[in-house]
Amino acid sequence: MTTPLLSLQGLTKAYPGVVANDTVSFDIGQGEVHALLGENGAGKSTLVKMIYGLVKPDSGKMVLNGQPFAPAEPRAARADGIAMVFQHFSLFDALNVAENIALGMENPPKMGDLAARIREVSETYGLPLDPYRTVGDLSAGERQRVEIIRCLLQDPKLLIMDEPTSVLTPQEVDILFETLQKLRSEGTSILYISHKLEEIRTLCDHATILRLGKNVGECIPAETSARDMAEMMVGSTLQTPERGGRDFGEVALDISGLSVPSPSEFGTALRNLHLTVRRGEVLGVGGVAGNGQDELLGVLSGEITTAPDAVKMNGQPIGKLGPTARRKLGLLSAPEERLGHAAAPDMSLTENALLTGSVREGLESNGFLKWGETQSFAERIIEEFDVRTPGPDNAARSLSGGNLQKFVIGREVLQNPDVLVVNQPTWGVDAAAAASIRQAILDLAAKGTAVVCISQDLDELMEISDSFAALNEGRLSAPRETTGLTVDEIGLMMGGAHGMEVAHV
Amino acid sequence: MIVLEKRPQPSQTWSMATPVVAVLATMFFGGVLFAALGKNPVEAIMTIFWEPLFGEFSFYYRPQLLIKGAPLVLIAIGLSLGFRAGIWNIGAEGQYIMGAIVGAGVGLAFYPLEAWYIFPLMVIGGAFGGWIWAMIPAILKVRFGTNEILVSLMLVYVAEQMLASVSLGLLKNPEGYGFPGSRNLQSWDSAHNAELFAGSGMHWGVVTALIAVIFAYVLLNRHMLGFHIRLTGEAPRAAKFAGVNPARLILFCLGASGVLAGLAGMFEVAGPAGQITIDFNVGYGFTAIIVAFLGRLHPVGIVLAGGVMALTYIGGDIAQSNLGLPSAAIQVFQGMLLFFLLALDLLTNYRIRLASKEVA
Repeated sequence: MTTPLLSLQGLTKAYPGVVANDTVSFDIGQGEVHALLGENGAGKSTLVKMIYGLVKPDSGKMVLNGQPFAPAEPRAARADGIAMVFQHFSLFDALNVAENIALGMENPPKMGDLAARIREVSETYGLPLDPYRTVGDLSAGERQRVEIIRCLLQDPKLLIMDEPTSVLTPQEVDILFETLQKLRSEGTSILYISHKLEEIRTLCDHATILRLGKNVGECIPAETSARDMAEMMVGSTLQTPERGGRDFGEVALDISGLSVPSPSEFGTALRNLHLTVRRGEVLGVGGVAGNGQDELLGVLSGEITTAPDAVKMNGQPIGKLGPTARRKLGLLSAPEERLGHAAAPDMSLTENALLTGSVREGLESNGFLKWGETQSFAERIIEEFDVRTPGPDNAARSLSGGNLQKFVIGREVLQNPDVLVVNQPTWGVDAAAAASIRQAILDLAAKGTAVVCISQDLDELMEISDSFAALNEGRLSAPRETTGLTVDEIGLMMGGAHGMEVAHV
Repeated sequence: MIVLEKRPQPSQTWSMATPVVAVLATMFFGGVLFAALGKNPVEAIMTIFWEPLFGEFSFYYRPQLLIKGAPLVLIAIGLSLGFRAGIWNIGAEGQYIMGAIVGAGVGLAFYPLEAWYIFPLMVIGGAFGGWIWAMIPAILKVRFGTNEILVSLMLVYVAEQMLASVSLGLLKNPEGYGFPGSRNLQSWDSAHNAELFAGSGMHWGVVTALIAVIFAYVLLNRHMLGFHIRLTGEAPRAAKFAGVNPARLILFCLGASGVLAGLAGMFEVAGPAGQITIDFNVGYGFTAIIVAFLGRLHPVGIVLAGGVMALTYIGGDIAQSNLGLPSAAIQVFQGMLLFFLLALDLLTNYRIRLASKEVA
């Protein structure tokens, strides 16, 4: 290899109380797919934000094509040929594809010309996209294509992709990889951020591993086992969750023929859902985000009420009951969004323990609150789930994402639910905490709780669930036993590739 | 460069300190304003804050503090419940008027009978008048999703028209020589909200205000309903997840503030004001909004804020007559107080940092 495209030399960035990046150095070669690996909080995002000009490094320098490179803002980075696809899309639902792309351009051409360019680029790279479709109607995979095409229109030298596959079905992932390989063969370098090791092993030429802001090693992914890479990321040996017996009891939760209109304009309607979960069983619900996951949780938690018979618990119709009545019966849930939905950000952990615990833990009598008992309940959650916080008086928002997630899951698990519904239980949580959350869910199932685990992390679902179903555009596939399911079958359950085709290489 | 940095925890210190700092800043900039009007700023500020409490005629002004403060506190307590939950009743002035009309109307229906039950019936009537007026925005919001800010505010002007109408018609004093306005309730023992101790300013409205403060404190800190009110204000989605029924909360909060505003109106008309007249309302319902925020929506804070606000009213009156300050200047002065409070409120959740030049 000749001179690298981009060379990072001793980049350091500190925030109050934490060093996000500590003298990180590595090179990205010309036409190389370079993986940046690391757990949540390892400093991956800060690093790419420095490359993209969103954050200024405290010290260290970057060299692009032999020239010093210090972008003051994203516009400068883009001018130098750096493009980035963010994990969270910045698209306007109400505008069409071409309008969205024009909004991000310095000097947008005429709409007709732009649409033609979009068609041309999208065909070349196997990302077919109609420039005149409204973004609100697109699937997550298609939205990502809009973001990728927006980048490709700039002819980037370096394309940064932040966890691009977290919103894709396995088939869509294959197509994305074809596109990325075509780009590589044309000499574009790609910085690929992920914590999915198998993907990195198939796609990337080189990997840099970050842990606690430091570069802890590099490797050639194809020659390194996934386990070795994982242990480099975590810095210790990984514990795989275990579970006891798998004896299923009676059907605890029964949904039949459930249809719910979309609660908001760009939400998803649930269409004719059927599912049953037995005591002791873990049902994994996979699928790309935005296919009805939030709505399914709402229907189960009681935030969205339905016809009484559509949802039954232990044979009793509960579709009309609100959240409090369902908690009384033993149906507990933990939503995906921690701040603002599962917990009130500015309230203390004690108050947040009261939020769902009042009924089952007996924290009120005649409407009057028992603060003493509520505080001990919060303390119990903190202790048993190893929530790192100075105490229960601290506000929920002062906790890190992983710690708050442990608190939210712990709050429900400790109330001994008969049925537990969780949405994305380990999203944004580090590997050790994720393992302990999964273990808690499995322990609960072993004691006879029926669990519904909604997640986009297929590895997680394969690890903990007994049966698997996928949500796709508000429809749920028929649940199947997890053992023996292949990735292809899962992909098809998730809706295949949404009509995409492979890049014409 | 000045950078605002979000605090991990809301600062307790600043939460307590901002009202005090806001009052001090208002004194300072109010002084600048009075100086610009050609008055001696120190004298003007002294007149407003010192004269009513410790001046030569303080024996007269001190009871006035209770008389002016009680309706402010009573209304503000009710408003604070809704404000905590993100339910914005801006029409307390209208509910105050309606409470006065219904309360006085119930009493006058018995004229000239002397009986112990007349005053309690008037209290119930006042509460009902305020409640029903607040139910209009509440039910429209629950049923049709209308904006309670607009509806409650516009109903103030409807209530003012009603006030004018009854002053000239339904409740007009038949022995009033054609002047608009009702009979004077002060001269009718059964309906008079008299001082409980002569010369103290202490009347039933003051007692009710104190009861409301205690009630609100217990509700917010010890009761599930109060917890749900706070939760809804802080995180509406989490409140729904917790099982809060938003419609019930809207009806409760608007209803409670309507009842308290109605009571304030009733105690005013039966006591200090004495009669229904076209210009019976003097803006307590609007000023109470400032009082509620100045008191941090906290019951104890509202008592203190009501005191400060009553002080500026009385002190402002003195300054107008003694120093010839225009009444608009007094209103600007009161507005400044809310302005500084809201601006300084930022410091509870953010800290200001002078950013050092970043290392290149």
